[in-house]
Amino acid sequence: MTDIRKPSSLLTSTISRRNALKGLGAAAAIGTAPGFVRYAQAQSSAPIKIGFQAHRTGIGAAYGRWYERTTAAAVKAINDAGGINGRPVEIITEDDGTDAARGAEVVEKFANQHRTDIVYGTLFSHVVVGSAPAAGELKIPYYVVSEGYHVASGKMNRYVLQPGITDVRAQCRSVAPWITSNVGKKITMIYPDYAFGHDHRDFFGPAAAEQGGEVVAQIPIPPTESSFTRYFPQIPADTDVIYHVMVGPAVLTFVKELGEFYGGSGPKLFGFIDSLEAVNINSPGLEFLEGSHFWEGMPRYLQEDATDAEKAYREAVGLDETGASVNDANDVSTAAHMFGCWETLHIIKDAMEAADYRGPEDRAKLIEATEAMTEFPEGPAHPQGAKVFNGKIHQVFGSQSISVVENGRLNVVHRTSIEDGMYEPEADYTTQPL
Amino acid sequence: MSAVGSNTRVWALHLGVIALLLAANFVLPEYHRGVFSRVLVLATFAMGYNLLFGYTGLLSLGHAMFFAAGLYGAGLPVYHLGWSVPLSFGTGILAGGTLALVIGVLALRTTGVAFMIVTMMFAQVFYLTTLYFTTWTRGEEGLVLSQAMRTIDPAGLDISLSNPSTRYLIALTLFSAVLLLMLRLVRSPFGRTLVAIRENEERMRMLGYDVFRAKLTAVVLSGLFCASAGAAYGLLFGYVGSGFASIQYSILPLLWVLLGGAATTLGPLVGTLFMFYIIDYTSGFTTAYLLLVGVALILLILFFPKGLLGTVRERWLKWLP
Amino acid sequence: MAFGPYFLLATLEGLVTAAVLALTALGLSLVFGVMRVVNVAHGEFFMLGAVLAWAVSTAFAGHPSIGFAAALLVAPLVVGGAALLSERLVLRRLNYDPEATIVATIGMLYIIQQLALTFYGADARPVQAPFNVRIQLPWFGYSGYKLFVIGAAIVLMLATWFVLTRTKVGLLMRATQYDSETAQAFGIPVDRVYAGVFALGAMLAAVAAVLIVPIQQAHYLMGRDPLLLSFIVVIIGGLGSLRGTVIAALLIGLSDGIISVFFSPTLAKMLATGLVAMVLVFRPQGLFGVPAR
Repeated sequence: MTDIRKPSSLLTSTISRRNALKGLGAAAAIGTAPGFVRYAQAQSSAPIKIGFQAHRTGIGAAYGRWYERTTAAAVKAINDAGGINGRPVEIITEDDGTDAARGAEVVEKFANQHRTDIVYGTLFSHVVVGSAPAAGELKIPYYVVSEGYHVASGKMNRYVLQPGITDVRAQCRSVAPWITSNVGKKITMIYPDYAFGHDHRDFFGPAAAEQGGEVVAQIPIPPTESSFTRYFPQIPADTDVIYHVMVGPAVLTFVKELGEFYGGSGPKLFGFIDSLEAVNINSPGLEFLEGSHFWEGMPRYLQEDATDAEKAYREAVGLDETGASVNDANDVSTAAHMFGCWETLHIIKDAMEAADYRGPEDRAKLIEATEAMTEFPEGPAHPQGAKVFNGKIHQVFGSQSISVVENGRLNVVHRTSIEDGMYEPEADYTTQPL
Repeated sequence: MSAVGSNTRVWALHLGVIALLLAANFVLPEYHRGVFSRVLVLATFAMGYNLLFGYTGLLSLGHAMFFAAGLYGAGLPVYHLGWSVPLSFGTGILAGGTLALVIGVLALRTTGVAFMIVTMMFAQVFYLTTLYFTTWTRGEEGLVLSQAMRTIDPAGLDISLSNPSTRYLIALTLFSAVLLLMLRLVRSPFGRTLVAIRENEERMRMLGYDVFRAKLTAVVLSGLFCASAGAAYGLLFGYVGSGFASIQYSILPLLWVLLGGAATTLGPLVGTLFMFYIIDYTSGFTTAYLLLVGVALILLILFFPKGLLGTVRERWLKWLP
Repeated sequence: MAFGPYFLLATLEGLVTAAVLALTALGLSLVFGVMRVVNVAHGEFFMLGAVLAWAVSTAFAGHPSIGFAAALLVAPLVVGGAALLSERLVLRRLNYDPEATIVATIGMLYIIQQLALTFYGADARPVQAPFNVRIQLPWFGYSGYKLFVIGAAIVLMLATWFVLTRTKVGLLMRATQYDSETAQAFGIPVDRVYAGVFALGAMLAAVAAVLIVPIQQAHYLMGRDPLLLSFIVVIIGGLGSLRGTVIAALLIGLSDGIISVFFSPTLAKMLATGLVAMVLVFRPQGLFGVPAR
């Protein structure tokens, strides 16, 4: 990061036409106004400060650890390639404690004390929703990597964007056709009894019905629960598929108890990997998952058909073939989500360069430049795959992976198309004043 | 020390604190002004807690429900029914007061640790209720009250609660009102009755006091103060979520009050400020900051066993209310 | 599933919940009953026991029961040592002042959580049960280990009851609990009794955690719910009544299990919690407590 500030590396880094023109301008200025040059150079080489709201403590800490690692890798990649507009990127991290109130305080701290250019980060949707008002009032762009439907719902504000990861509504819609035609039509849903679970309930059910599927039972589990067996009798006997999405450490108990309840028989399983992020799929007690299917935002295990960009991304973040840290095979990543950090940071770079972002006075231009984006091609900046961005609802759309657990590995069996996840937008942020 | 002299000194101190806080609005750096806005509202919550815990001697572990009753009581009408800010602030306080009355009638049948556990369990029921009605509350994810919802326009004046200065002044107004009310309350005969109940409930009963009635009044007042803080928090900062109803927000006011000094009028403010800044400061230079926070709490309580102001009063300033 | 088997399952689950509750509450009923301090860090001793169980059991190769047995020995000793240390360094210096100890134990909670997060990590990690038996009933399968936990809870409760009522140590504890000042006057080393009780309470929490962790996994935030539930069980049962603690655990476990048959899960939790709270409203001294003197 530091060598960027040396003029030599600025010259050797990739020179776009805009950068070259700027360099010429600076060179011309040297002869005419020597006093001005020092200022111009200081301006152009001062780092772009990105405030990173991270789950260092609290229930999201396992995610936070990997979000931090992915962020560090992405920033290194961006800086090695010349930074943003020739300026290095500097990350300033603050812990949000996975707490909504602290999240908002941290946004204020970034804007008013650290004086960062933008705020970025965080996964848990209550932290995003809790922080959104602060971001809107301070008019500081807030790029989230959260997969909640909150941004697309139109309930946030113009300064909140989610360009690097798809939302839960799109995820549900994408996997519904595959489930009804490949696993079964009679579906029982088990989900946490709060907003994230209700989104699954509200968006998956209708999508499955469109495909001739039927949700035969819905079992919402209170988040204070630590044992689940008592709810299993509510699963109708004619259920083909149990659609499960659980969040938190109790998921291991959930799977284990399902195994004890059904033994070798019972309905098939389709789950969202969210609950098993950072958990080794070969943990004792998870044997029951063998043969079951999972949604993955991006494959945890290295697939045979992985693209070069995907391999380079995994290498940069430090993932081994099984999706664990190269330094510790027991340190399993949150692969299905953390790619969003990498992609979001690259989008921030593109948007800042498109807006010719110079400082906090250009924040509104940055929002408009991001809203103007439409397509992100697959490549080093987007290793998870191509995506389509809807600037009106500030939400990106992409493909999803469906994987099967085979011999203790997650193997991708199907990739949905971007269109599978598209839905009718319900909002338009661009009509709000900046 | 004459009673009149003491009286003047006490009022001067409290009005002085309020004046200092008012001046802070104009001199504090932007970030710290924002921090103080939040702290003033949360300190109001702590003051409400202090009335019951510090002065009446009733340890509740369920005050999150009163704060959250104010939060939802104000937030839900604004969000779903488009009610105005002043009206919904009123419904928030009303919700907290009504809840406190019901909980008080039930929970005051118990004393001591049983009171602590009963309030904790009722608060847990309240927390689960906010999740159960996720359709309206959005549960743990919560609701954003947009800036447009958070404006007051009396007679054409357009006052936005999201303006930092307006917000600070409103938070300060609420804080000052509750602080002065508390001061008057604890120095009134009723306040002395509460303290006497704390010290020896049986004796008060034998002296013919209606102990239950006094305690119930304390619970309701405490609930009203806490709910006013909750309602203000939602309206000023624009977020309503079930996290505020969780056990964490029942333990926090207890911690703030104990740190600042139980049964001191200004202790809740001191404790809330201390707790905010110790976390804010330590997390700035280490990722393992909770360790430092823990050590700081233990050291503080070893050297100030009655809390900061409580120990100051015990050792030096006996007149501190 | 037909109503009969469903009810059987709910009852079984209720019994397991009751056993787990009784186990976790055991240590707290001692600490709270004898010392009268609200130890907010009690749940963290529980968590520490679970985390240590993971560390010890993964250090042993071979059959899981070897690691489990080792954990059952090591975890309580380490946790007991930590508790003794914190009692001598902090609680004693505060003269067990009920209010100051709340702040001090909240401080301890932060410290223990941070240490667990730093050295153990944020992940939930499973510990293998010493044996894996699945009991197949005609309608559903059930975990053999869960039944073992019920048995272990009964044995531990009996052992504690024996120590409290049939040994000299127990006599000292009961005397201190009944009236610490008089106990002091009769030459009972109250100070050392407190230290012993605090360590013993933490050790019982650790034992409970080792037994439970094959069902529930070790996680650095796992201490909160056992803490709250233990408090509830101890108070509903009646302070200082071991029998009350068992009955309260059964009441809470079974009502939780059986009410869930009839209502949607969150509503069932609300009703169960509210009903148990009403028990205390109408019997403030707890089920087997003596009305306040």
